[in-house]
Amino acid sequence: MKDVWTLSEQHAGKLKEVSYELLARGRALADTLASNLCAIVLGNNMCEQELQTLIHHGADIVYYVQAPCLEEMVCETHANVLEALIKRYAPHIVLSAATTMGRSVLPYVAVKVHTGLTADCTDLAIEEETENLLQTRPAIGGNILATIKTPHHRPQMATVRPKSFRKLQIDTARTGTIVNVEWNPAWYDGRVQVLGIREESDVDGALEEADIVISGGRGLKKRDNFHLIETLAHSMGAQVGASRDAVDRGWKSYPHQVGLSGKTISPKLYMGIGISGAVQHLAGIKTSECIVAINSDEHANLIQVADFAVVGDLFAIVPELLRRLAEMDGE
Amino acid sequence: MHIVVPIKQVPETSNVQMDKESGTMIRSGSDAIVNPLDLYALETALQIKERHGGKITVITMGPAKAIKVLKEAIAMGCDEALHLSDRAFGGADTWATSYTISKAIEKLDKVDLIIAGERATDGDTGQVGPGLASWLGMSLVTYTSHIEEITDSYLVAERLLEEGYVKVKANLPTVLTVVKEIAIPRLPTLKGKKRAMKMEIPLWGAKELACDPNNLGLQGSPTRVVRIESPKLTRTCTVVRATDEASTHEAVDQLLQFLADKNLLPRRKDQ
Repeated sequence: MKDVWTLSEQHAGKLKEVSYELLARGRALADTLASNLCAIVLGNNMCEQELQTLIHHGADIVYYVQAPCLEEMVCETHANVLEALIKRYAPHIVLSAATTMGRSVLPYVAVKVHTGLTADCTDLAIEEETENLLQTRPAIGGNILATIKTPHHRPQMATVRPKSFRKLQIDTARTGTIVNVEWNPAWYDGRVQVLGIREESDVDGALEEADIVISGGRGLKKRDNFHLIETLAHSMGAQVGASRDAVDRGWKSYPHQVGLSGKTISPKLYMGIGISGAVQHLAGIKTSECIVAINSDEHANLIQVADFAVVGDLFAIVPELLRRLAEMDGE
Repeated sequence: MHIVVPIKQVPETSNVQMDKESGTMIRSGSDAIVNPLDLYALETALQIKERHGGKITVITMGPAKAIKVLKEAIAMGCDEALHLSDRAFGGADTWATSYTISKAIEKLDKVDLIIAGERATDGDTGQVGPGLASWLGMSLVTYTSHIEEITDSYLVAERLLEEGYVKVKANLPTVLTVVKEIAIPRLPTLKGKKRAMKMEIPLWGAKELACDPNNLGLQGSPTRVVRIESPKLTRTCTVVRATDEASTHEAVDQLLQFLADKNLLPRRKDQ
């Protein structure tokens, strides 16, 4: 038995997109190993239909653990559950998304079960002779790609960069098993309690989960001009990002900061407008599928890594772009 | 209150140039500095100490030259420093690193709070902070962006997560990892620098720690690096110029065409 596990994520009983992306990753590995792909879900009052969607997206088995205290992510309790399940079922591989949840819980669990963990992988494969998991990740600001394995410890664990893989086409004919794991009260750890979420009008969606991110930088010259980025993002169905410069100047809040001291993202489209592209910024966006730069300096670093660049005055280019998008809307 | 801040020395990267041929970082002249994200952890600890009293111990694991980052932390206002260095620690992954540091922390005076940076800018794993909590059996609050209240027995903090800011209450002792938003790091003071210069920093190796040698360094690391590659800059960039009204129009045309070809334009209502 060389089962591949993915740790699903849910918010308010609804599975997050990363859960399905992980299944696509896991499916490829499980097929190579000729083993089961299992989705682990920790939650409360989740409906069976919702859990079935995991099977429709590639899972063979869903292990569902239910308890009121699992509604919110609390590292210690989640780690206790995962440690118990890993010891009980001895999976070959455990994957989670490299989200705030995965990057908190998995290192905690890896210590408890004495195994290796590779952070923020962008590529996973099975080594033929050994069936070891080859885990590839960018390091040193994306300047190198390191491939790592865990030869002698099981399970092999990795967190996977969100958006670095597409979810599978839904197949409602797929069948699988949902296993309801009995809750053990000893798993509860009350040392940390979630008091609530602060509704932040400025954080309207997760940058890491967006298909399109449009960021502004110093080239916008002043705070008032940042609305150009916001309007464009709105019209393109995108999330708003910002360079460190723009955040330090107070043009946009920290949750929007992209780069080494902010968020690392991998959207389908990244547009950097008025961003020169310091090494630290590039480290946060390099694995985007497509990069577009709008900048007055044709030697800007961002243009060196872009797929498409418009060199010129952003205050002429962006309004023209907005006008054309509005026209297309009107057609 | 006793606060421990584990820090890391990393190569200075703010002026890094890329070698366009090989796609690698030109490291010449790069200096070892305090991991920039650890400065927020140090500042957070200093602010708590100012409000609440107590002592801050800063720890690093690394070669002889890593002592420089401990001196910098002392110059900022930390009270004590500890340098972990031993040939046996070399090649440690995050599992073995967090084990080693946890063994050192176990030997210190009773710890109320450990504050770590979210991750280091070189390895970029963010796994040592959570690993420490796990080894020490402490609770963990990651991505902390604000501390609202702190007493001798608990703290109330906000965490910056994908869906927004989530408020939590954590009993002490606990481990915090902090994000940039939590504080603006101070500069070292002259008085602090003098103190740092004079300070003798204890050096601990494997024999000073009550540890299992099988868990140290490369030998104790479950993970192995099997290959390092330099990602080649494989993108070919289409560059269009917008210098006047006509060329701007043309450039935007081409951009929209490019996005449409890649299926990146939002679906319009009438489609």
